Amino acid sequence: MTAPRRRSRRARRVREALLGYALVAPALVVFGVFVFYPFAKNIWLGLYRTPPFPGLPKRYAAFDQYERVLTSPEFRNSLRTTVVFVVATVPTGIILGLLMAMLAHQRLRGITIYRTIFSSTVATSIAVASVIFFTLLNPQVGLLTYWLGRQGEPSLLDDPRWALWAVSGVTIWQNLGLSFILMSAGLQGVPDDLLEAAEVDGAGAWSRLRNVVMPLLSPTIFFATIVGSILAFQAFGQIDLLTQGGPLKKTNVLVYAMYDAVFRQNNEGKAAVLSVALFAITLVLTLIQLRLLERRVTYER
Amino acid sequence: MGTQQATDGRPPGSEEHPAGAQVEVRGVTKRFGDATAVSNLDLDVAEHEFLVLLGPSGCGKSTALRLIAGLDEPDAGTIAIGGHDVTDVEARDRDVAMVFQSYALYPHMTVRRNIEFPLRNRKVPKAERDRLVGEAADALDLADLLGRKPSQLSGGQRQRVALARAIVRRPALFLMDEPLSNLDAKLRVQTRAELIQLQRRLRTTVVYVTHDQVEAMTMGHRIAIMSAGVLQQVGPPAEVYARPANVFVAGFIGNPPMNLLDGTVEVGGTTLAVAVGDARVELPPALASLAVSTDARDVVLGVRPEDLTVDPSAPLRATVAVVESLGHERHLVCERPGGELVTSRVTGDDDLPAVGEELGLAIRAEGVHLFDRATGRRIGP
Amino acid sequence: MRTVLRYLVLTALAAVVLFPIYITVVNSLLTPGQIAGRPPTLFPTHPQWHTYSTAWSQGHLGRYLLNSFLVTIVIVVGQVVTSIAAAYAFAFLEFPFRRTIFVLFLATMMVPFEITFFTNQATVVQLGWYDTYLALTVPFLATGFGAFLIRQSFLAMPGPLRDAAELDGAGHWRFMTKVAVPLARPSIAALAVFSFFGAFNQYLWPLIVTKDERLRTVQIGLRYLRSTQVDQINVTFAGTVLAALPLFVLLLLFQKHLVRGLTAGAVKG
Repeated sequence: MTAPRRRSRRARRVREALLGYALVAPALVVFGVFVFYPFAKNIWLGLYRTPPFPGLPKRYAAFDQYERVLTSPEFRNSLRTTVVFVVATVPTGIILGLLMAMLAHQRLRGITIYRTIFSSTVATSIAVASVIFFTLLNPQVGLLTYWLGRQGEPSLLDDPRWALWAVSGVTIWQNLGLSFILMSAGLQGVPDDLLEAAEVDGAGAWSRLRNVVMPLLSPTIFFATIVGSILAFQAFGQIDLLTQGGPLKKTNVLVYAMYDAVFRQNNEGKAAVLSVALFAITLVLTLIQLRLLERRVTYER
Repeated sequence: MGTQQATDGRPPGSEEHPAGAQVEVRGVTKRFGDATAVSNLDLDVAEHEFLVLLGPSGCGKSTALRLIAGLDEPDAGTIAIGGHDVTDVEARDRDVAMVFQSYALYPHMTVRRNIEFPLRNRKVPKAERDRLVGEAADALDLADLLGRKPSQLSGGQRQRVALARAIVRRPALFLMDEPLSNLDAKLRVQTRAELIQLQRRLRTTVVYVTHDQVEAMTMGHRIAIMSAGVLQQVGPPAEVYARPANVFVAGFIGNPPMNLLDGTVEVGGTTLAVAVGDARVELPPALASLAVSTDARDVVLGVRPEDLTVDPSAPLRATVAVVESLGHERHLVCERPGGELVTSRVTGDDDLPAVGEELGLAIRAEGVHLFDRATGRRIGP
Repeated sequence: MRTVLRYLVLTALAAVVLFPIYITVVNSLLTPGQIAGRPPTLFPTHPQWHTYSTAWSQGHLGRYLLNSFLVTIVIVVGQVVTSIAAAYAFAFLEFPFRRTIFVLFLATMMVPFEITFFTNQATVVQLGWYDTYLALTVPFLATGFGAFLIRQSFLAMPGPLRDAAELDGAGHWRFMTKVAVPLARPSIAALAVFSFFGAFNQYLWPLIVTKDERLRTVQIGLRYLRSTQVDQINVTFAGTVLAALPLFVLLLLFQKHLVRGLTAGAVKG
């Protein structure tokens, strides 16, 4: 036997560490350039007033700009609009998803077909959903326009009273599939015998839902609420495709307002302040989620 | 590497196996945070030896094994395998194979792939690989199972796959970490015998970790007993049983365990005796002279159950608390006046005393073990 | 009786969910005149298949779909590879600042792209990547969520497997490719599905870093297809069907994986 290859412990440690760094490096570079740098830059940008004409120097404004943007009626409108949108879409989506999941949980012949149908809208992107409804709501030929008896009137999407609700409706429909899938997965975690036992006890559908399913499903529901809200706060595509923030800024949600500030008003500073506000909202929601997660872990112990 | 010794009755073909390597562990210490798992361990394993590392759980025996394997690094000391210092050699270059308690089979690979894996890693050519896998599979009766996944195997079959994966590349040293503890009792006895045969046939050096003294006594050429990270005694099974080096080994080896009674050495005329409570136990002359030569007066008197016999006139009194019958032998568990329990092993068909009966227990002179109570060490040969 | 009722409710819900999709397919096969006609036509008696070829060629849906697939595949492969690599380092290697770096990875999940998009757009312009495939892909080649997901599944692996592989002579590369990755396959599939959906459905980012029609992805293509002109409305519907078709096919083929992927993905937030 020849002497085996020796390598000092130190050399081994160094090699292992180098390999470790090499493996995390690609992701870290991407994060550095496209997550951490822009995040820091946004905070910094918020401190500088963007000049009205490109080419002029930025002016340091300290927290003045934060204060001005965050107290402006425009921001308040955006925030209110976004919150209404979140409240209109998230709970409705979850309730409908839960309803479909419970119906599809029964052992019936052909139930897989229904499951496939109920999950089908995950295959539609927000752009696909928006274009479908945009066309269905077309003021002249739209089928929904006809059924709603609004022919000859402006499209729902151009009606300040209805635009936000129409956008919300499209969003709910597009999210049904995902909501159904999530709720079904949660329902898989409820033991069948628990559901059946409740049935034998003569518990009606409603009391079964309240007393057996809901408590066991509440982690999933909380969770879907938080995640759904975080995503709803980031809505952009449906606004851009359906209403462009209008009519009368009635659908000017935060991300669209940011987009508008940068690409229409050339006001990066304002967009930066809005982005920091959105980050704060996301952060709060994430922290709530972590708290719930922690609680759930302790439940399980 | 070590010399090849021809032995009678060795099956043909086994000459190709390299002779097992010797292992030298010198002053090895391993700490995990504040806890010392292995403390200043010195251990020699001879070529072709089957050495059992025995001890209760948490005694450091598994850590010692992992240190020899190279899976953990010692904080101090050196380890040599086959005459080469391997302290700074990575596990995969140590020519060592290991069988894990959980077998650690790759669940996504077939039995063949599992056995082949060490060979593929070492870029063994296909023809050679097939031959070696075939041999290992034959040796462990796995030829019909090569296409299965581990999940489709019984516990015993998985265990054999783990063994096959270990022997397939003919390592100089075999390490086994409680390989039988996941098998049911009957299979364990059978596999024990097969493992012994396998080792005698392959003549590789084996270091075998277990907490089961029956495995240790039946399998090992020598047993190394550890407690709290410290090596207590190394020796052949019979010697460890007959002359435990300290109170720990005395109490750990043997079932039912040795009776250990606190006593005081008393000089009385020409004889020495140990006072145990109100009873005096005369020491045999050989032990007496030794006991005189040590300073210890506070001792522990050890007597194996089979050396403790019922004798109505004996001064050591006790009350029968439990009578256990195992068929071929019975155990009398008796309570001493101070509340201590002592066990006597009775064979034969003598009438047994009833529970609650008071009786005398005599100690066979050659069955007396004496330990220094302060150090725990054995007094005498 | 009860069963009949259940089927009725199920069917009614299915109809609501499916109706917009159904009517899109139907309208894509009608003439503009039929679409505008009242009462509306709910079944294509004379399907106008040519609307699809019009959408495919004149609407450039073919090109857009190709772009979408290219970009999506690069992103999926990139995310899977960088996630496996980083997860391996976090799960099996020791190096200084490992914990800190891991926390950084997790922190990226708190900064959604909707917060940084315009700054990133400026970066891309500065790098000279505006209107290139690089702009569409590079920012998404890593994901903290993916690294986290796969790290979890690496850590769930029985510990002795790593030791066994080491004694069996496997170095890091062989252990990763032959043991760790095959065992983490369910999580990797889930990540792949999740990133496929995310990448394919991207809207905001491609909108702001490309204007060249040759680089347009299908989601942005829909924006330009969304005509208000009545005489082209059937083509709009056909284009929408074409844009949605790939994911529908994936849904039908890989329903199980997809459910896993989306459920795992939802953890991300």
